[in-house]
Amino acid sequence: MSAQLTFNQQLKKYYSFYTGGFIAFVLLLGVAEYMGMERKYIGYAFLAATILLYAGIGIMSRTLDAAEYYVAGRKVPALFNGMATGADWMSAASFIGMAGTLYLQGFDGLAFIMGWTGGYCLVALLLAPYLRKFGQFTIPDFLGARYGGNSARLIGVFAAILVSFVYVVAQIYGVGLITSRFTGLEFVWGIVVGLAGILVCSFLGGMKAVTWTQVAQYIILIIAYMIPVVWLAVKQTGVPVPQLVYGSQLEKVTAKEIELGKDPREIEVRKIFGDRAKAADVKLKDIPGSYEADKAAMAKTLEDLKAATEPNAAAIAKAEKAITAFPKDVKAYEAMLKAHKGAAGRAAPILPHATPFPGVGKDDAAKAENSDVKRNNFLALVFCLMLGTAALPHILMRYYTTPSVQEARVSVFWSLFCIFLLYFSAPALAVLVKYDIFTNVVGKNFVDLPAWVSSWQAVDKTLMNIVDVNLDGIVQLAEIAIGGDIIVLATPEIAGLPYVISGLVAAGGLAAALSTADGLLLTIANALSHDVYYKVINPDATTKTRIFISKALLLVVAAVAAAVTATKPGDILFLVGAAFSLAASAFFPALVLGIFWKRANKAGAIAGMVIGLGVCMYYMLRTYKFFLDLGFPKMELWFSIQPISAGIFGVTAGIVALVVVSLLTKQPDQETQNLVEHVRYPSIKGDKMNTAGAAL
Amino acid sequence: MELTELQRSYWTKNLKITAVLLIIWFISTFVMIFFARELAAINFFGWPLSFYMAAQGSLIIYVCIIGFYALHMRKLDVAHGVDEGDA
Repeated sequence: MSAQLTFNQQLKKYYSFYTGGFIAFVLLLGVAEYMGMERKYIGYAFLAATILLYAGIGIMSRTLDAAEYYVAGRKVPALFNGMATGADWMSAASFIGMAGTLYLQGFDGLAFIMGWTGGYCLVALLLAPYLRKFGQFTIPDFLGARYGGNSARLIGVFAAILVSFVYVVAQIYGVGLITSRFTGLEFVWGIVVGLAGILVCSFLGGMKAVTWTQVAQYIILIIAYMIPVVWLAVKQTGVPVPQLVYGSQLEKVTAKEIELGKDPREIEVRKIFGDRAKAADVKLKDIPGSYEADKAAMAKTLEDLKAATEPNAAAIAKAEKAITAFPKDVKAYEAMLKAHKGAAGRAAPILPHATPFPGVGKDDAAKAENSDVKRNNFLALVFCLMLGTAALPHILMRYYTTPSVQEARVSVFWSLFCIFLLYFSAPALAVLVKYDIFTNVVGKNFVDLPAWVSSWQAVDKTLMNIVDVNLDGIVQLAEIAIGGDIIVLATPEIAGLPYVISGLVAAGGLAAALSTADGLLLTIANALSHDVYYKVINPDATTKTRIFISKALLLVVAAVAAAVTATKPGDILFLVGAAFSLAASAFFPALVLGIFWKRANKAGAIAGMVIGLGVCMYYMLRTYKFFLDLGFPKMELWFSIQPISAGIFGVTAGIVALVVVSLLTKQPDQETQNLVEHVRYPSIKGDKMNTAGAAL
Repeated sequence: MELTELQRSYWTKNLKITAVLLIIWFISTFVMIFFARELAAINFFGWPLSFYMAAQGSLIIYVCIIGFYALHMRKLDVAHGVDEGDA
C-alpha cells in the first residue's frame, strides 16, 4: 500500500472522528441549554471551542518546509482539497448574505448562485490541470515562467494583492459582525478575536495548516447550514429534502403575491409611503415652519372629530394615536422626514419572486426596456462572477496542492460538489422563509406576532422592523422592512429550533468567514514573500528566511486589513463583486491564453493585464457611488451596466490587447513554447522539464 | 520538443472535448438567461422553468460537466500514454 493511500485512510478516520465529536459537542450544549444554560454562554462556548479547534489544527500542522508551507506538501487528496476549496470559497457573503439577497431580489439574485458555481467549469476545463502540471507555488509564478521575466510576475503580484485585499476586508467585516452579534463583544473586539484564530493557524503552518483547518471548517459550515433548512422544510411540507419540494412553496408564494397585490390595505400602505416621501421632500425645505404647521393640523383634526354631531370613536382614537406618535421636537421631525424620503422605494409594487427581470416603468414600453436592462445586467454579472472565479489566486492556488494532474481534475469536481450543496439550498431557504412570513406574519394582528419577529426587532431594527403604518392593527407586507442577513440568522427560530442551533449557525458563519480570510491572507503574504522577496529581490534567500518573511508579512497584512475594516468601508456585496471583476480582468486572459495559445508573448500579456485591469478600475472609479463621493467625476454607464460588472469591459479589453500586441511583436522563444507543451500533457516520456521542482 | 503523432492527437481530442463541454456550459448559462422570460411560462414541478434552471438545473449540469471531464480525461491520458502512472 502506497504512503499516499495510507495517508488518505488516516485522513478519513480523523475527520470522521472529528465530525462525530463536533456533533456530540452540539448535543451536549443542547442538553446544557435544556438544563438552563444562559444563551450568552452558549454563544461563548461555540466561539471558544471552534477557535481553539482551528488553533489546535494549526499547531499540529506547524512546519518549516517550503513545499509544506506553500502547497501543503502536494499531498492533499481530491476529496479533501474539494472540501478545503469549498470553505476557502464560501465566504461570509455566501453563508449569511446569499439567502437574504435571494429573499430580497427574487429571480435576479440568482445571478450569484449561477456565477459562483458555473465558474468552476472554467477552472476545471481551462486552468486547474495545467496549473497543477506546472506546479510551482503561486499564480504569479506561472505568469513569470510563461511570460519570461519579472515584469509579468510583478503585475500579477500587484493584481493578486489588490483583489485579495478587497476581498479579505469583506471577510474580516463578516467576522466582526458575527462575533459581536452572538457574544455581545464590541465590533472591533470581534475582529481581534477572529483574527487571532486566523493567524494562529496560517502563521504556524502556512498552506498545510490552512488546508486541514478549512476541511474542518467546511464540515461545520455545511452542517450548520443544512439543519435549519431541513427542519423548516419538514415543518412546512413534511419532506426533509427542501431542494426537491420548494417548487410547491414557490407556487404558493406567487399566488399570495398576486392576492396581496390586490389587497386594498396593502395598496393603502404603499400609497402612504409614496405620499409621505413626496410630502417630506416639500416639508424638508421649510423647516421648522412645517413642524409647527403639521402639529397644528393634527390638533385641529382631532378637535373637529370631537366636535362632530355624531363623534366617531374609532376615528378619534386613530387621531389621538397619531398625535402621540408625532415627533417631540424639530430635530426628531427632520430625521423622520429624511427617513420618509429615503423609504420612497417601499411604495413600489410587490416584487414577484419567481419572475425573471420584472420591468418597472410608467408604460409598457418603459417596462420592457427596464426588463431588458435587468437581463443584460444579469448576464454581465454572471459573466464577471464566472470568469472571476477562474481567476482568483487564492482558489487557483489550491490546485497546486493535489498529488497529481488527474487528482487536480477530480478535485475540481469535489470542490464544486461541496459548494453546490450549499448553493442549491440557499434559493430553497429564501422561498421557505418568504412563505413563512407570508402566512405567519402578514395579515396577523400586531399583538399576535411570532416571538422571533419581536425578539429580532428588539435586537436590531435594520434587520427586522414592522410598523403599523396605516394604523389598522394588522400587519401588511409593505409594513415589513427586513434586512437580508436575518434570513439565515433567524431561520432556527422561525423553524422553532432551540437556541443552540442559532449558536451553531453563527459558528458556521464564522467558519465561512475565517476560512476565506485564511486563504486570502496567505495569498497576499506569499505573493510578497515568494514572488517579490525571493524571486526578485533576493534569489539566494534560504527557505528559513523566506518562511520567516512570509510569516512576518502575514502579521502586517492582517493588521492593515483589520485597521481598514474597522473603518467599515462600503457595501460588502459590492466589495466582493468588485474583487471578482478585478480578478477576471487582470488574470483570466493572460492565464488561459498562456496555456491555449502558444503565440501569446510577454509584451502581449503585459499589455493585456495592464489594460484589462485599467479599464475595469477606470469604470468603477467613474461610476460607483463610493468613489464618486470621494470626488471622482461621474460618467454615464456604458450600456447601462452596473459598476459591479465592470469586469465585462475589463476582460474584453484585456483579451483584445493581449492578442493584438502579441501578433504585432515577436513570437515567444523555443523554451517558452516547450513550457506550454509541458503543461498541456500530464506526463510526456523524455520530457526533461520539471517546473514543479523537488516537490513533484 | 518533438511530439509524436499520438501525443498530438491527444491534444486535439482534449481541445475537442473542452470545446463541446464549454458549449454546453454556455447554453445552460447564457442562452438560458437570455430566454429566461420565455422559459418562465413553462411549469417544471411547480417552478417556472427558468427559475428552476438558475437555482438548480444549471448547477447540476455544471457538476456533471466537471465530473464527466475528469473521467473522460483519465481514459484519454491512458490511451495516449500520457498518464502519470500511480503517482
